Amino acid sequence: MADEKVRVLVGTRKGAFVLTSDAKREKWDISGPHFAGWEIYHLKGSPVDPNRLYASQSTGWFGQLIQRSDDGGKTWAPVNNKFTYDGVPGTHQWYDGTPHPWEFKRVWHLEPSLTDPETVYAGIEDAALFRSSDGGQSWHELSGLRKHGSGPHWQPGAGGMCLHTVILDPSDSGRIFIAISAAGAFRSDDGGETWRPINKGLRSAQIPDPTAEVGHCVHHIAMHPSRPGVLFMQKHWDVMRSDDAGDSWHEVSGNLPTDFGFAIDVHAHEPETLYVVPIKSDSEHYPLDGKLRVYRSRTGGNDWEPLTKGLPQSDCYVNVLRDAMAVDSLDSCGVYFGTTGGQVYASADSGDSWAPIVRDLPAVLSVEVQTLS
Amino acid sequence: MNPALIRVELPAHLRTLAQVGAEVTLRVDGQVTIRSVIDALEASYPALNGTVRDHVTQLRRPFVRFFACGQDLSHESPDAPLPEAVASGAEPLLIVGAIAGG
Repeated sequence: MADEKVRVLVGTRKGAFVLTSDAKREKWDISGPHFAGWEIYHLKGSPVDPNRLYASQSTGWFGQLIQRSDDGGKTWAPVNNKFTYDGVPGTHQWYDGTPHPWEFKRVWHLEPSLTDPETVYAGIEDAALFRSSDGGQSWHELSGLRKHGSGPHWQPGAGGMCLHTVILDPSDSGRIFIAISAAGAFRSDDGGETWRPINKGLRSAQIPDPTAEVGHCVHHIAMHPSRPGVLFMQKHWDVMRSDDAGDSWHEVSGNLPTDFGFAIDVHAHEPETLYVVPIKSDSEHYPLDGKLRVYRSRTGGNDWEPLTKGLPQSDCYVNVLRDAMAVDSLDSCGVYFGTTGGQVYASADSGDSWAPIVRDLPAVLSVEVQTLS
Repeated sequence: MNPALIRVELPAHLRTLAQVGAEVTLRVDGQVTIRSVIDALEASYPALNGTVRDHVTQLRRPFVRFFACGQDLSHESPDAPLPEAVASGAEPLLIVGAIAGG
């Protein structure tokens, strides 16, 4: 443990920051801003080569770029930024229900392969999944997702029609889970060639048929790698659980004070311990009563306890976005999250106590953690 | 005819991305137009691919503007000849990020 350290990768509205510490996680070095002035929706490292990082960089002026680092974020180089839909993209539904052409807007999430540092998946807006097998030098759409049948009925959520979650199954190289706002969750069992919706059990009062096969605003999904068939979901409203790889879901919101939220994650060593940050409502994106509380369940949901030590318990009106929570895998699991107010909080004791690593970054869009030895 | 040497001034973010100063000089074959200048810009600085105009539509990004000789050329056809002062290298083509955002 003495030689282990953690590297926290933070994407913000105005650049990326790399926060590093030893295993005590008390003193932090802060590097950045990288790509100053650009929106960094997400950056993430390869599990097989931790020095290989990928970053999604964009602005409303100059569009989308993808950056790659081969030295753990010290230096970066742009790779290919051309995301062209396969074939004629067709239409999805617009907010008013009319058909709207699929148009590339940005990359929300980059998910490096579990086995090959040259392979990385990109979840984009308008919703589609792309893959690069050459370290980002070229991108190809896995168009079976967009073309599986329900695509013309997908509608954007308030944040756009984004594919924001990509989860690779460590026990089955063919299995991929993704989630789209506001279409729902989907699974492939053949490496991304074919897809099907996995939204049975979700109930969304905001859509005409609350139990429709697609149309649910899934905010995020988390999985513990030791139990890839168990999924936890923060839906627009409702925290959900599946014990059959998404074939069916049941609600585990239990005693949460509000079950609206964005972020959800699972403890590194306890597959039944999960974390959410309840947010007041879909029209008031800040914590209930001005108190920033992480809720932890040690029972796989339903029974939740507030974690408040070290977190502001008055006058706090920040949000925690869907990709802005992560865990490290040190013996005492670290939990991290970033806020739209620019704080990055860390807990080195599974959430019992918290302290800010940094308080005044631009609004945090994403947080990922690498545990390095 | 020798290819023209065209001066192009870039906005700050694109200078950083291309690792160049404020102004670059590009060799442009044939008629000097917005399209031929951006073709040359992207060929010389691949990091700028897709940043000035969309990869797929080839249209100018909405928050990017083209100015030269005191004129806004943003809404001209990309195939219209640029002013002689730009084509001769006397004046730069300015690629400008619109004043917008926060």
